[in-house]
Amino acid sequence: MTDKVFIALQNNSEAQAIIEAILEDNSSAIANESPGMVKIDCPGRLIVRRETVAEKMGREFDLQEIHINLISIGGNIDETDDEFVLSWNS
Amino acid sequence: MVKAKRLGLKERYSLMTRGLDWETTYQPMDQVFPYDKYEGIKILDWDKWEDPFRLTMESYWKYQSEKERKLYAILDAFQQNNGQLNISDARYMSAVKLWLQGITPLEYAAHRGFAHAGRAFRGAGARVACQMQSIDELRHAQTQLHAFSHYNKFFNGMHGFAHIRDRAWYLSIPKSFFEDAMSAGPFEFVTSISFAFEYVLTNLLFMPFVSGAAYNGDMATTTFGFSAQSDESRHMTLGLEVVKFMLEQHEDNVPIVQAWLDKWFWRGYRLLGLVGTMMDYMLPKKVMSWKEAWEIYWEGNGIALFHDLNRYGIRLPKYHEVATKEKTRVTHELWATLYQYGNALGLHTWVPEDEELDWMSEKYGELFDTMYRPRLLFMREQENAGKRYFNNRLPMVCQVCQIPVFFTEPDDPQKICVRIVEWADTKHHCCSDGCADIFNREPEKFVQSLIPPQQIYRGEAGGARDIFEYAEWLHLKKDVDTGEYRGSPDHKNWEAWRSEKPTPQTNSDEAA
Repeated sequence: MTDKVFIALQNNSEAQAIIEAILEDNSSAIANESPGMVKIDCPGRLIVRRETVAEKMGREFDLQEIHINLISIGGNIDETDDEFVLSWNS
Repeated sequence: MVKAKRLGLKERYSLMTRGLDWETTYQPMDQVFPYDKYEGIKILDWDKWEDPFRLTMESYWKYQSEKERKLYAILDAFQQNNGQLNISDARYMSAVKLWLQGITPLEYAAHRGFAHAGRAFRGAGARVACQMQSIDELRHAQTQLHAFSHYNKFFNGMHGFAHIRDRAWYLSIPKSFFEDAMSAGPFEFVTSISFAFEYVLTNLLFMPFVSGAAYNGDMATTTFGFSAQSDESRHMTLGLEVVKFMLEQHEDNVPIVQAWLDKWFWRGYRLLGLVGTMMDYMLPKKVMSWKEAWEIYWEGNGIALFHDLNRYGIRLPKYHEVATKEKTRVTHELWATLYQYGNALGLHTWVPEDEELDWMSEKYGELFDTMYRPRLLFMREQENAGKRYFNNRLPMVCQVCQIPVFFTEPDDPQKICVRIVEWADTKHHCCSDGCADIFNREPEKFVQSLIPPQQIYRGEAGGARDIFEYAEWLHLKKDVDTGEYRGSPDHKNWEAWRSEKPTPQTNSDEAA
């Protein structure tokens, strides 16, 4: 069994574009909604692509803006200007 | 806005965080940084330290100020629009009171702890990360106090959080947890708070509980809660980073780190039992049971993290299987204790309503129906007969976690679990094998614990001779701040506000 990484975001309109982008870029990702937040689980690895988020938002997006609506994560982080990746090495 | 041509994130971060410090020459480095070696952690190259978020101070201020603007706009709206009337039920306020009394002071303690740890590390990367976290934690304490101050105008028991923090028996549970961490060395402190507490366990507080606050209409807590947790994700990353850094630097560090993980997993788990009762009992509208939260955040996400660390020779923390066995009972055992010692609590307790009991049956199954439901029904019956039960004697508490010794044996939910440890010809009591092991590893430290019931019997609680005088010493008014919810002023006010009056009366007899 592959361990799951996760990212949780506030359930507001700004984060909606990020959530949509994540679900589009990670075919095995599953979004679990609970009041006020959305937790996205994905086996092994999850990627947030700046380009996809910008497209969904209809404006430029700096990946570090994710901090504003981020609630929590599980996984090792690798972040560049274009990608924010969560993964387990096991 | 992303500008056209500039350095990449990794280069930018490296330029902004490296080469800013120097090797001291007037004084040897070991004297300038006297605390980062005595724990036995061997660091060969501090430059290998990486902050995975690569957040520079410039972006840190930018995003933090954005978070603050959002948060305070919402708090303003909450206060102007009588947001206190939108909560599901005034019983919910017990969770808010426990947060204010028990958790907010921990944020402040974390602020102090990280300032100290940051000063102690000789690596600049670690110092910057600790500095940011220290500022974050101060922000959390402040935003929580601001958010709760509005509730303090309408509900009892919130007037003296700083006074009772150092005096109340149940608040010595969180207080002693943090003081144990703050009196350890800097590496143990960061492992305990950033890794064991924040990475492994605080998701249980900030995710299901805060989501529960949203479900119960508490806009203030939801907003600061998620705003704080967005900082936590940075802290968790620091926690994982510091652990990986220690493990990668030298193999001799592995057993030291493992012992800390064993200790702090258990301490954190014991502390979070209080959060479990907030979820199962204090949220009138339930989102998720403690058992479900444990399964998702520990058995799923927490264990995944330990699988990842396995390549360094780290195994799952000791007694994790005991914690998992206890998931069906810990909150019920703890609530029964809070219920009976309600005369010395700055919050109310009660027997849940029938629908809530049904929800618990559904979530906890047979064990709940055979053991805890009958007890709760008996408590209700006694209350209805005018004999609401309070235990007016002081409990024996665990020498390590300071929770009254009432948990049950891992394999027998009908037998109280007590472990007696000895040091220097004196016996001490622990609630579990986990706490007994922690005591036996550092007996010189834990014999010094200030145990509230012992202090009270010694006359150190203002000379209080019984639990009522003790509550007065805590500045808690009997049956106003303390005691049963049903019939309390909070209950009566709530009914009055919800029935007719469009604008509530401020609780004028309450000191601000």
